[in-house]
Amino acid sequence: MSNRVKNIIVPIMAVILGILVGTIIMIVTGYDAVAAFTALWNGAFGEIYYTGEVIRQVTPLILAGLSVAFAFRTGLFNIGVEGQLIVGWLAAVWVGVAFNLPPVIHTLVAVLAAALAGALWAFIPGFLKAKFRVHEVIVTIMLNYTALHVTNYIIRTVLSEKSDRTEMIKETATLRSSFLEGLTDYSRLHWGIVIALIGVFIMWFLLEKTTRGYELRSVGFNQHASHYAGMNVNTNIILSMVISGAFAGLAGAMEGLGTFGYASIKGGFTGVGFDGIAVALLGGNGPIGVILAALLFGALKVGALNMPLESGVPNELVDIIIALIVFFVAASYMIRLFIDRISKKGVK
Amino acid sequence: MKKRKFGLALSLVLAAGTILGACGKAEEENNAAEGGNKEKTEDAFTVAMVTDVGGVDDKSFNQSAWEGLQAYGKEVGLEKGKDGFDYLQSQSDADYSTNLNTLARQDFDLVFGIGFLMEGAIKEIAGQQKDHNFAIVDALVEEPNVVSIMFKEQEAAFLAGVAAAKATTSNKIGFIGGMEIPVIERFETGFKAGVAAVNPDITVDVQYAGAFDKAEVGQTIASSMYSKGIDVIFHAAGGTGNGLFKEARDLKKKEPARQVWAIGVDSDQTAEGVVEIDGKEHNVIITSALKRVDNAVKDLSLKAKGGDFPGGETITYGLAEDGVGLAPINSEVATKADIETAVAEFSDKIRNGDLVIPSTLEELKSFSAQ
Repeated sequence: MSNRVKNIIVPIMAVILGILVGTIIMIVTGYDAVAAFTALWNGAFGEIYYTGEVIRQVTPLILAGLSVAFAFRTGLFNIGVEGQLIVGWLAAVWVGVAFNLPPVIHTLVAVLAAALAGALWAFIPGFLKAKFRVHEVIVTIMLNYTALHVTNYIIRTVLSEKSDRTEMIKETATLRSSFLEGLTDYSRLHWGIVIALIGVFIMWFLLEKTTRGYELRSVGFNQHASHYAGMNVNTNIILSMVISGAFAGLAGAMEGLGTFGYASIKGGFTGVGFDGIAVALLGGNGPIGVILAALLFGALKVGALNMPLESGVPNELVDIIIALIVFFVAASYMIRLFIDRISKKGVK
Repeated sequence: MKKRKFGLALSLVLAAGTILGACGKAEEENNAAEGGNKEKTEDAFTVAMVTDVGGVDDKSFNQSAWEGLQAYGKEVGLEKGKDGFDYLQSQSDADYSTNLNTLARQDFDLVFGIGFLMEGAIKEIAGQQKDHNFAIVDALVEEPNVVSIMFKEQEAAFLAGVAAAKATTSNKIGFIGGMEIPVIERFETGFKAGVAAVNPDITVDVQYAGAFDKAEVGQTIASSMYSKGIDVIFHAAGGTGNGLFKEARDLKKKEPARQVWAIGVDSDQTAEGVVEIDGKEHNVIITSALKRVDNAVKDLSLKAKGGDFPGGETITYGLAEDGVGLAPINSEVATKADIETAVAEFSDKIRNGDLVIPSTLEELKSFSAQ
């Protein structure tokens, strides 16, 4: 069996195994698994409203997944997506509240500001890695907390007067549209999904079709060989983090300009950034894979909200299933071994 | 001819769609929808609520609201479920809107949003689902189909302040707030006013944790306060306050003779203060400033059931309406009798309107209990 086919089979197997083990857990703990999955399905696709909400949830997940995947393809592990997302969220809302611009332009400026903010936030670990070889995992994790508390401070003191949230962004900056709302029975679906899909295309084009993308990947594979081949390793490391951060910042703009329309003081992380890691992992760090994985996670997350009401199954069970899927992807060696055994038997 | 064929095909597709759609849902549900729908709107008045990320077992705000719904269900003979009363828990801020929408779509007659965090979501959905009724606790939403429930937290906190001032021996008292928001400001103001009403020389050290779910931060603040000689700490910080109780319990265990007291909030938190020292049970919690979300939720549900839903209005629950209050005083406190008389005296004054407790720090400046 070719490696390419295997790369597709492994995540699918992981999903099936995750759902299977989740079902077993439900049966063992005395819940009705059929009712649970029916409720999950209805909660995600049962009504057009829920489908709209799923797409709304999928939008930031795609961009967060792209962010992680991009860094990973270039040999970096960006755990700081969450922080870059929060910074991007704030920047988008800031522009949305403070500026007066004509409709489409205002939205674009706000979205670009978010990408820029995310990129700047990711520049710090990129720079430290390139100049001083400080490991990016540690710096990005710390910067997550820094981002959380700095944005909380700015929201409280600069963007509002000791309030817990900013004003709503101006109508001209919003990504929402009454057209999409009408189409999906008042869901919070917004134009961000288009931006997310453009992001997917940009990532694919940049990595696969440009010289710069080739260099970025090459540095990820082997720094020394790339250096020997005459590439500037340090520039490529910084650039990779900056682009990854820009994707994360865009994910923040989706929340700030689409889902919420404001930024509020957060007691903890949104979780979208961390889910992005799981999305990238399940999606095999490829553009199409990220879309499919984000769709799965988004549907699971939105559908789960319906489970307690319709089937009496606690929605934490979906968290367990997601965790299991991630586990099986991470343990893909097991699945690969299994596939090898099977296919060898077939040859005999 | 062609047109007719097309029409036939279309109706076939539609019919198939209806049948298939019906298959997708559980059988019973269909029966209930067809046969029971009328009955439901006439007889059962169904109520549901959306919690924030704390969930219905947060030992505080959400739990209290859920107890109110359960009490309502018991009184009118309804069961938990789609045809009675139910709740949905939010996993993140983005879920409020989805959850509120789901409950409205399931045709619950009244949907509660618990907590000021849901202000935006309720406002938006109330505008979209105009024939559904909503209620929000702790925030103001001006829509014709929304009732806003507010509390005079300052009155409960005032009584807690009186109790704290009577209990302290070091004349140093602490206050831990969750976030700097109007609700918590009312707690802080009332508490300070209560302390000052007993003895203006007592100092109140105020610190904010910045979150409602960070017990470890609460514990750090409590630890530094106790070490500064403060002997009574009141918290209005939800789950963050659990850190205060832990610190108080730990200190009491280490030095059983030391005066270490805490005051709970929202619901009667007595159970959180139990310490066992040498086989004897002690409790570090003097009392709790009660915010009877349960009473308010039950009260409004009953009102709405009776066809008297005060849409567009704001209902404020204070001491006079049993919306706030003070839990029983811990018998280990040396000055228990003293506290009880003082609390009863001030309660009467507040109830009959002789004493108006300030609700903002600005108003506190010109306040005097005399």
